[in-house]
Amino acid sequence: MNMRLSYGMGFILLFIPCSLLVAFTHYPALKALLNSFWNNGSSFRPSRFVGLDNYETLLEDDKLMQVLINSFIYAIGTVPLAIALAIGMALLVNSKLPATGLMRLSFFLPTMLPMVAVANIWLFFYAPGIGLASQLLNAVGLPSINFLGSTDTSLVSMMVVAVWKEAGLFMIFYLAALQSIPTNLKDAARLEGAGSVRIFFTVVMPLLRPTTIFVAVNALINAFRLVDHIVVMTRGGPSNSSSLLLYYIYEVTFGFRDFAYGATLTVLMVVILGILAAFQFWVLDRKAHYQ
Amino acid sequence: MSGPGVSLEVVDLAKSWGAVDVLQDVNFGIEPGGFLTLLGPSGCGKSTILRLVSGLDEVSGGQILIGGKDVARIPAAERNIGMVFQNYALFPHMTIAENITYGLNVRKVPKAEKEKALARVAELMALGKLLDRKPSQLSGGQQQRVALARVLVSDRPLVLMDEPLSNLDAKLRVEIRSEIRSLNKKLGITVVYVTHDQSEALSMSDRVVLMNAGNVSQVGTPQELYDRPANTFAAAFIGTPPMNLLSPEDVRAPATFAPEGGMEARDVIFGVRPESLSLGRAGAEFSATARVESLEYEGKVFLVHLIAPSGTRFIAAHSGDGAPEEGSEVTVGWSASQTHLFSKTDGNRRDFTL
Ligand SMILES: Nc1ncnc2c1ncn2[C@@H]1O[C@H](COP(=O)(O)OP(=O)(O)O)[C@@H](O)[C@H]1O
Ligand SMILES: [Mg+2]
Repeated sequence: MNMRLSYGMGFILLFIPCSLLVAFTHYPALKALLNSFWNNGSSFRPSRFVGLDNYETLLEDDKLMQVLINSFIYAIGTVPLAIALAIGMALLVNSKLPATGLMRLSFFLPTMLPMVAVANIWLFFYAPGIGLASQLLNAVGLPSINFLGSTDTSLVSMMVVAVWKEAGLFMIFYLAALQSIPTNLKDAARLEGAGSVRIFFTVVMPLLRPTTIFVAVNALINAFRLVDHIVVMTRGGPSNSSSLLLYYIYEVTFGFRDFAYGATLTVLMVVILGILAAFQFWVLDRKAHYQ
Repeated sequence: MSGPGVSLEVVDLAKSWGAVDVLQDVNFGIEPGGFLTLLGPSGCGKSTILRLVSGLDEVSGGQILIGGKDVARIPAAERNIGMVFQNYALFPHMTIAENITYGLNVRKVPKAEKEKALARVAELMALGKLLDRKPSQLSGGQQQRVALARVLVSDRPLVLMDEPLSNLDAKLRVEIRSEIRSLNKKLGITVVYVTHDQSEALSMSDRVVLMNAGNVSQVGTPQELYDRPANTFAAAFIGTPPMNLLSPEDVRAPATFAPEGGMEARDVIFGVRPESLSLGRAGAEFSATARVESLEYEGKVFLVHLIAPSGTRFIAAHSGDGAPEEGSEVTVGWSASQTHLFSKTDGNRRDFTL
């Protein structure tokens, strides 16, 4: 093909996606950064430049501290669990067991549902007294627990929902990776006398490493991004026990209408996600795959 | 001479995947230290036989006797068999040394013994400088040597090889071919080798098992397969170019010619190798007339592509001077001892009298 686009046409084709990117990603990010150096204005007092004042507030914000700890627990708790579950499900689905098609569908179903629908299902599940979880506890003679209404259990309950929702998606990645491992590698190990557990840890897991890195970083980023279920199920409560960073930003900005501080928190969030992304590229560049 | 090798005998071996029968009534055997080749076109069940013998797949019927003991129902790891896979099957995340000693580690061989074994095969396969590399940093030929070393390090008495040379270029193939053959002789291990390349099979083997669509077509020494093909399949598979198969209407046979076993003379197929045909020999015992379709220069011979009046195409290898002209009519002749006879109905070899 020796058809060449004119410069004008090329410019237009580049301009459309670039302007979308600028309008919805770069401009808001930059605006948030700028806003974080100004205070909130009102009809009788225009906003003015306050330098790092907002960041000082941020450092002294006890609630932010709790939210960050929650986010940390949430990430550290859900990511390894979702990955372990995903690998387990992928192995099951990839096995020679009957009905793997049905398994695949049911494992993937939570991922296909919108988070709000998932949250509603789990609301019923967790409902104190009448929910399935309470009924299960009663059936084995334990008192029912108010999962979402107690500071001890609300965060863990949210984490369970996230793992349930995410594992199915990660399973798909692992399934693809498993199917790309040549079977004769496993055959060769078997003839050397290795059992299936040994084959899994010495042959399969090392070859899944690139997938694990990819999935882990995405899971980590998702742990900071996904808050729909918190909005629907607990609104961060009780007493902030299930509040995560993004939910806190939402609350500060649109609940308390403190746009300046919301912008400051957003900058913090962008920095955290940026570090995670940089970490991902750094790890992926180094020794993640072999061929 | 008794080396460390064991005998292998396969009796009435059968395999089906669901309703599909992939192998039926497979029988063959090889003495300790022997080199047996499973030969056949792609999809005829060669790899399946290796997987059954090694224990990677379960047999549907029959016996696999290793050193006289039936192993058909014991786990792969207990059969003490080594296997070299078509695309090497090296572990990409391990170094060459780790690849070679993988099995020794599984079997918890003491460190000193392990290192001695590694040094021995590294020397044998000329891998000394490569031990710290990863498989992806090696050429195809080097990777194949590693795969061989991984099998040899455990001193297995029986080694199976599934088309180990098919990913190598022609020159390397010839080189490693003779390397494998000399390892077999030097170490005395029994080798079962799989290939679809008949010249590879003929040049390497003590015994060849020719497979056709899940059945054994012929078992014998390379000479037996070449000199006395048991059926038209073997005739058409062995030799470059393979044996010509001619129908009776194209062949002038002596008046006294009679197939044995009460077969009519028109129910036969004549087989004759291209190198047995001589051009312009009208007085030969058997002869055929044909038109020269094309000529192919092969170095020391011309391959003369012929077309018989019935439309059957066949080839004569002409080594003398004066190649015939394209489009001309020629007569090719051959002797009774060069004539192979097959039944048209079942394709099997038949004898004849003159
Ligand atoms: N796991 C399997 N399930 C069903 N059919 C199979 C399986 N493995 C091999 N086959 C069939 O068995 C036949 C022989 O295969 P194979 O032994 O690999 O042939 P070869 O090695 O001679 O090329 C082929 O027709 C193939 O489709
Ligand atoms: Mg094969």
